[in-house]
Amino acid sequence: MGFNLPEVEIAADADQIEALRSLRPIDCDLHPDAPSVEQLLPYLDAHWREAMVARGIDGIGLATYPPRTPLAVRPEWRGDKGGGADDVNTLRHQALDRWNTSVGILNCLHGAMAMFGEDMGAALARAVNDWLAREWLDREPRLRASITLCLRDPVQAVAEIERWAAEPRFVQILVLASGDMPLGRRLLWPVYEAAQRHGLPVGIHAGSANHYPTTSTGWPSYYVEDYVAQAPALQNQLLSLIAEGVFARFPKLRVVLLESGVTWLPAFLWRANKIWRALRAEVPWVDRPPADIVRDHVRLTLQPLDAPADPVVVQRILTQVGAESMLLFSTDYPHWQFDAAPLPDGLRADLLPALARDNALQTYPRLKEAV
Amino acid sequence: MSDVLLDAAPEQSARLGLIDCDIHPMLASRQALYPYLAQRWRDHLESYGPSARQPFVDSPTYPKWTPALSRRDSWPPTGGPPGSDLAFMRAQHLDPLNIETGILQVLFPSAKDQRNLDLGAAMASALNDWQVAEWTEPEPRLRASVAVACDDAESAVAEIRRCARKQDFASVFMTPRMIEPMGRKRYWPIYAAAQDAGLPIGLHTGGNNGHSITAGGPASFYLEDQHGNAMTMQSALSSLVFEGVFDMFPTLHFIMIEGGFGWVPSCVWRMDKHWARMRDEVPHVKRPPSEYVRERVWFATQPIEEPERRTDLLELCEWIGWDRIVFASDYPHWDMDDPRHAFKAPLSKSQQRAVFADNARAAYGL
Repeated sequence: MGFNLPEVEIAADADQIEALRSLRPIDCDLHPDAPSVEQLLPYLDAHWREAMVARGIDGIGLATYPPRTPLAVRPEWRGDKGGGADDVNTLRHQALDRWNTSVGILNCLHGAMAMFGEDMGAALARAVNDWLAREWLDREPRLRASITLCLRDPVQAVAEIERWAAEPRFVQILVLASGDMPLGRRLLWPVYEAAQRHGLPVGIHAGSANHYPTTSTGWPSYYVEDYVAQAPALQNQLLSLIAEGVFARFPKLRVVLLESGVTWLPAFLWRANKIWRALRAEVPWVDRPPADIVRDHVRLTLQPLDAPADPVVVQRILTQVGAESMLLFSTDYPHWQFDAAPLPDGLRADLLPALARDNALQTYPRLKEAV
Repeated sequence: MSDVLLDAAPEQSARLGLIDCDIHPMLASRQALYPYLAQRWRDHLESYGPSARQPFVDSPTYPKWTPALSRRDSWPPTGGPPGSDLAFMRAQHLDPLNIETGILQVLFPSAKDQRNLDLGAAMASALNDWQVAEWTEPEPRLRASVAVACDDAESAVAEIRRCARKQDFASVFMTPRMIEPMGRKRYWPIYAAAQDAGLPIGLHTGGNNGHSITAGGPASFYLEDQHGNAMTMQSALSSLVFEGVFDMFPTLHFIMIEGGFGWVPSCVWRMDKHWARMRDEVPHVKRPPSEYVRERVWFATQPIEEPERRTDLLELCEWIGWDRIVFASDYPHWDMDDPRHAFKAPLSKSQQRAVFADNARAAYGL
């Protein structure tokens, strides 16, 4: 094919990688290292710049993603400072070039998303988005980004969406799986109205603001439990969006579940359908089976794919998920989610074009102009 | 289509001696517990009532879907709420379904959710005495579950030891929504006592810990509360695995009840994957999570999974293991499963024997 593979430390099925590269995939979940407060100072207004310095505010990376865990950065991708991609060159080399990515969507998870003080949260979110535009998007034409939002004050979140609405390189809004309230709540509907109006899908990313215990059973002891709990947390949020009627009210709204684990979806839909049949009078605006709603409105990124090594089982579960339309290619760079290739054994080769590219183009209206 | 199989099902279950892992007996009234309570606690309940972590005096946080949470035809003709009349339970449930053994799970009143721990301990003892006197002694097909005040390990251990002397008890009753996750050390004395007594933990959906029912805040609807049971079970299982409960208590078994089982494979795959990545954080977890689950946990069927493609149900059972799935009806609640109609896909004879009887026999040591 004539591609120069960069030095590969990652053992992988060469044919599969070549097939992926030849499709010029769209990578829907890339993570730049969250910027420090110091990095954001140039993007804060005078008031907040002074506040950050005078108060010595620092260390506001999200506890939901401690940067030194094995999960946070694949060992060979760890930089000198111990983190992941802190500049565009690193990301370009380690992620975009490696898979011959045509477009990559940056999702910047930042403490702004968990700030209780709504003005500081909004100010930090604005700074993060300006930083993304200047330090990343301006420097690499293949990159796109999600608008990082603090939902604590929906009015300011809407204002932030409006501020970027005319910038086509922002292709999605980004919120945490677990924040202040279930995401379907009507208080948040102005955010969805703005997202729909501007053709921006709602990206819901694994992670918690830790405003509530990370499980409904209380606070677990270990980080691995917090991370495992991201799957049920996303299940709860998807159910909230359905039950509160978000998709009935916003028929063009798209939701992308980022870093969800994926394979819980079929059983979730069976149960959602079954309970809806029994209890639909409680939520009369949900006028069709939840599985149909999800297939029309929701997509999921591929990594991590919670599945066993057995390719037969992988193929079966991907069939149940409806991978041909539901899944969007992602590496979740630089998180250490896969060992060999970012595509699982058992993925049918004929699904690859949809997964690598077409589904993302269907999901993100703003990518159509770019690719 | 499986219509033929559905028609055939009643005959199958009538032949089988069925084991039902989830039957809910109910007090005819709060006062029906008083014969088993000291005067001090009768007076307390009369004045102050129970002390729950919820907004309402006498309603669950998410008001239920039917009166007494029950199917409409389950109100006994003698008066009293569904599940309160043994004769009617025999006539409506045990006899027609040919139930060989039914495991009782007492949900209300909830001894383990009392903020007043001494009240909880007294209620637990009273509920256990009530189960024996009014259910398991008169009806040998029924077996009780030991009610305990989970958040007071000392009283819980004493209660397990007291009850274990009787053959009437088949398990220890716990729920996943306690004030700390299942696997945390505050509960280990309970697991030690259960293991010593040879009793499995019946982990029934529910509990009232005052935490929001999602990690992202309080959901709005009963529909979410109901479905959320399946999410909560995932966190309960994860806690048992990663806290090291299975290694610490090598002969202790769990039966997870009323959370369904569709979530199990994905949850276990996820745990395996992230255990492999982050096992340095949990060095006490010696083996892949899937191995503990495969050997030590059973999953009760109700509310049964109803995939859009019926054969997906069989595949699901295959992935979990046909030997790990036990039938539960949830009688008399509104969403109960009738063993004659629950499975919408055809089970082989040996699968039926396993799910409807043999697996539960092994799980409860019957």
